[in-house]
Amino acid sequence: MSLEGVTVEVGGYLALSNVTFDVPAGTLMGVVGPNGAGKSTLFNAIAGLLPVLQGKVNLHRAGRESGGLAYVPQRESVNWRLPVTVMDVVMMGRCSRLGWFRRPGRRDREIVKACLGRVGLWDKRSALMTELSGGQRQRVFVGRALAQEASVLLLDEAFSGVDVAAQEALVEVLQSLRDEGRIVLLATHDLTNLAGRFDQVLCLNGHVCACGPPDQVFTSAVMEQMYGAHGVRFTTNGEL
Amino acid sequence: MVRALIGSVLVGVMCPLVGAYAVTRNLAFIGDALAHAVLPGIVLGYIVGIHPAIAAVPTGIAVALLVRAVSLRAGISSDTSIGILFATMFALGLVMLAKSTTIKVNIEDLLLGQILAITPTGIYVSLGITLMVILGLFTFHHWLLFASFDPLGAKVNSTRANAADYAFLVMLALVVVIGIQAAGIVLVMAMLVTPAATAYLLVRRFVSIMMTAAVLGTGAAITGLYVSYYFNLSAGPAMTLVASVIFLLVFSFRRRAPV
Repeated sequence: MSLEGVTVEVGGYLALSNVTFDVPAGTLMGVVGPNGAGKSTLFNAIAGLLPVLQGKVNLHRAGRESGGLAYVPQRESVNWRLPVTVMDVVMMGRCSRLGWFRRPGRRDREIVKACLGRVGLWDKRSALMTELSGGQRQRVFVGRALAQEASVLLLDEAFSGVDVAAQEALVEVLQSLRDEGRIVLLATHDLTNLAGRFDQVLCLNGHVCACGPPDQVFTSAVMEQMYGAHGVRFTTNGEL
Repeated sequence: MVRALIGSVLVGVMCPLVGAYAVTRNLAFIGDALAHAVLPGIVLGYIVGIHPAIAAVPTGIAVALLVRAVSLRAGISSDTSIGILFATMFALGLVMLAKSTTIKVNIEDLLLGQILAITPTGIYVSLGITLMVILGLFTFHHWLLFASFDPLGAKVNSTRANAADYAFLVMLALVVVIGIQAAGIVLVMAMLVTPAATAYLLVRRFVSIMMTAAVLGTGAAITGLYVSYYFNLSAGPAMTLVASVIFLLVFSFRRRAPV
């Protein structure tokens, strides 16, 4: 996957300017930046939810219509009032394979079962989504992406409201997806959780401040670009 | 009375089935708006001499699609575009009604429903719409569930999610047309919302909510019909009050928080 000079405007405001980076297959990438840095905008542009003013998003085989791209939205974008079970949500991943008229068959149910096993939630299959913890909900959404057979996963603020142990469980699942050659992009505010877990970090603040391994990108200059003078206090020689 | 009974059962089943989506998607208001917005279609039907329910169908569908198009294009919230379109269309209907010299219909019958006067054509129209909506719900169920739960995730997954959203608005417009014949323009919202909200308090899963809502809606419609017949009341208010009493009873002994 690659972005070439992507510029996105939201409500007349330039949210992203000339964003360029490459993500090879089999990469777990963290996307960081302050509030309003354009992390969600970037994901929306990659997902085709926002028009790209200039530049190009190359998804190669993970195009939207092939079902190759899966999007896990922020918590507040989901309608929790709708009482759906864990099984229902993972089955949603099969929608693009079902088309309009086919009902889920034995194969779809087997795939859903395998995906739920993969994210460690088969025992919770009949639970309502509202009965799960934040970390478990995120894993259900990852299970849905697996059921969709997506090769690119976009997770927006996936660590938000998720405790450390649950974050660890989620990262383990994401690393296993990375090991299969999938691309996983995860937007987060938690900078300390990236080293040793993520392969690449994209530092964003309306533009790309830095892109590289997590133990190298957090230089004083990059932190200042992202967070202003306060950011410099948290870094020494590229490490937090 | 047999025709009224058939009409009531169709309203009792169909409005809550679609209403379950409207309630859980915070779209209850659009049902009320569509009911008001089809008035010009109904009046036009009387003027040109076709069954008002048939004339109301294209009006309802057009307004439902316009609501979405206006909110997307103008960048305003859907409840604002609903407010504008609903008031405009209802006002247009009232002006057409006032200026027409050929129409001999009582506005109260339109507002409160007149199921006891339903014609065989009205029943056939309702049956036809029922079949279309059931087929639509069956076809779009997975996509509607996906788009209702996670609109962004569904849109990224496929453009079918958008189509399912439009299909839902069309189905909503269709059941509103069936509902108006029984409950009238003002009270059709009660048949859309109240049985679905009651079911939400009773059962856990969404499909169970749809089925329970249909049973409760049918019970309320039939009971309301008989109450209106024996106490010489309009059917719409009677059905609404029965549905509301059921809701209040369930609410008093609820196991879940209200919608």
